[in-house]
Amino acid sequence: MTSGSQGGLPPASHSMQAILKDAAIWALVTLGLCFPIIAFRTDRDLSLQTSLEPRPWLVLFAVLAVFVGRLLWRLYAHPKRPKRVLFPPLDLSEHHKAYAPRIGLGLLLLFPFITLLITGQGGAIKWIDNFGVQILIYIMLAWGLNIVVGLAGLLDLGYVAFYAVGAYTYAIIATYVIPATIPALGPWAFWICLPLAGVLAAFWGILLGFPVLRLRGDYLAIVTLAFGEIIRLVLINWVALTNGNAGIQTPRITFFGLPFTSRTGETTFADVISLPGTSAVHRSVFLYYVILALALLVAFVTQRMRRLPIGRAWEALREDEIACRSLGINTVNTKLTAFAMGAMFGGLAGAFFGARQGFVNPRSFEFMESATILAIVVLGGMGSLFGVAVAAVVVIGGIELLRELDWLKAIFGPSFDPAQYRMLIFGLAMVLVMIWRPRGLIASREPSITLNEDAKAISGAHVQEGHG
Amino acid sequence: MRWLRDPLLIVEGLTMRFGGLTAVRDLSFSVGRGDITSLIGPNGAGKTTVFNCITGFYKPTSGLIVLSTDGPIEPAAVAALTDSSHRYVIRDNSTRSGLFLLERMPDFEIAKRARVARTFQNIRLFSGMTVLENLIVAQHNPLMHASGWSLLGLFGADSYKAAQAAAVDVARYWLDRIGLMHRADDAAGALPYGDQRRLEIARAMCTDPVLLCLDEPAAGLNPRESLALNELLRTIRDEHATSILLIEHDMSVVMEISDHVIVLEYGVKISDGTPQTVKSDPKVIAAYLGVEDDEVAEAEAEVGL
Repeated sequence: MTSGSQGGLPPASHSMQAILKDAAIWALVTLGLCFPIIAFRTDRDLSLQTSLEPRPWLVLFAVLAVFVGRLLWRLYAHPKRPKRVLFPPLDLSEHHKAYAPRIGLGLLLLFPFITLLITGQGGAIKWIDNFGVQILIYIMLAWGLNIVVGLAGLLDLGYVAFYAVGAYTYAIIATYVIPATIPALGPWAFWICLPLAGVLAAFWGILLGFPVLRLRGDYLAIVTLAFGEIIRLVLINWVALTNGNAGIQTPRITFFGLPFTSRTGETTFADVISLPGTSAVHRSVFLYYVILALALLVAFVTQRMRRLPIGRAWEALREDEIACRSLGINTVNTKLTAFAMGAMFGGLAGAFFGARQGFVNPRSFEFMESATILAIVVLGGMGSLFGVAVAAVVVIGGIELLRELDWLKAIFGPSFDPAQYRMLIFGLAMVLVMIWRPRGLIASREPSITLNEDAKAISGAHVQEGHG
Repeated sequence: MRWLRDPLLIVEGLTMRFGGLTAVRDLSFSVGRGDITSLIGPNGAGKTTVFNCITGFYKPTSGLIVLSTDGPIEPAAVAALTDSSHRYVIRDNSTRSGLFLLERMPDFEIAKRARVARTFQNIRLFSGMTVLENLIVAQHNPLMHASGWSLLGLFGADSYKAAQAAAVDVARYWLDRIGLMHRADDAAGALPYGDQRRLEIARAMCTDPVLLCLDEPAAGLNPRESLALNELLRTIRDEHATSILLIEHDMSVVMEISDHVIVLEYGVKISDGTPQTVKSDPKVIAAYLGVEDDEVAEAEAEVGL
């Protein structure tokens, strides 16, 4: 602690004048930033004329808040605090390494029942479906992308394309192909489409892989971004196949052939197995366990792959591609398998998404989705399954939780909608996390094989981020 | 003169142009089976370019690079292979040995099939992976085969576990050889410079090469580490049936351990022979030390200055 009070800034910057000046600069910057963002509110009146409504008090409030906040920070917080101890590193290589994932897994398995106990039948669907299922879809997507970005070091900004391929595979086959050919298979549609979606997405992954094999870094990122947009635009414009922006109404998921609800009087899940609760709750809980199983499959395969030559080759590729080639590793095949594996898991998640929503349209597969998934991978610490899962809970759970912040209306007035500020807060949170933990929540890397029992994790400082 | 009697590698008429710059011009030499061959020359002489051509990182503008892993190189066999559209012929399946036209093969295939391994002037380790992992990655191809191209391995087949255990044994052997057993589970990037140099050589040896190409292995080493390196290179030559081709500036290393020295200057070979022959070759002395004053005067008189 002594170093904090002795060292650091020279005395001049501690003087009241300097601190006031510093806070004033911050307030000025805030004023500048406020002008385009919150100083005016645009409104459209009934004649569709846009009018500007100035909001000087809001600006004043923001500027004052920053000024006072900065002043207090400089006066009390800054000089005493040694640098960067706000978040001590999450050292998962020690004794709690073994417990954290196990406790997490236990919580995941019990989550639907815990929610049912706490919220009862009425509120449970929201928590199981909007939170549990939603977060698990993103965990699965992020784990899939983690193979491409985190392990192989290939920056992919168009990952959502494979998610779309999976969703549309399900939508088209389950809605059009199966009823037209073998209608008896209808109830099994999801289980038939799931492997097909994986295979098709992997195929598209390889197709994307070929032209980008020679690209690295920024160039690779741009081409994958374009690929994601191409898929989305094709989905919008190929109306004959995809029904364009109107989307496709898809059959809902069944319990291995037993529908949860039926308008035509078929035997439903509730008729065969009598469980307490409504059919909607049954379906939510079932969806939850399906996506949990799929996500755990991704985790299992990834962990196995890391201990296989192909997984080690992916990581070696991230570390140094030229060295890989000098050791006889076919980098073309290695990159293509990484793209294919990542895409396959994206496709599986997409098929699940289609079956869960009961409706797919291109709006679900915009660039923002790719960016969110990539943000989760980066935030979690590239390559770490546990870190990525935690990041998905924080990011997706956080975004969903903002919908719940109705009490903020008491402060900012009844017209304040916290959900509108989701992206602003999300962005701010990302910036802060990247300042404090620049290599993600879990910055260390677990060796895939060790000679000694007590081997430690590798510090993130040595691990390369890949060059595409 | 083993390089003339029983060459492992023959380079013939190798030329490499980068746009208007000719880095290597009509270079021919051979590397003897079981020799330590040194490629020396002033900075910019084209030594690393020759290395990159042999290991497939550059496609030579013209020339022939032939490697035989099973006995002498017969001109008839080379001619037959050159006329065919093949890049190599495997003549003995059990040992994967045969005749290879390196200038036609992509870099990874040269390492995988022709079994030519290399190190780099600026060390290229997988710095975020452990020392052990570096040595296991080098055994990628046999392990890939044992894991049934990942399928058997994914289901935890015993054959893969056995193959991995064997790979760890190979890694252990080399860790013992380079004295890094105690650091096996540390990140390769965390090792001191000299250890990283030795680890890169060990990693190249884990690919089980017939020819090991070392690009300035002694650069940045202190005299004690240089001696240890000489020892390591001799061990590799004597105990592993691996021939060594090295680029080196450190003359104590070159003259001490080489069986054969080739000198390049401005992309052209100026001398070729045993260390003793090369050491006393006036052209080599001129290239390295400059020429005597009276020779400069003679030359100036010739051009009329």
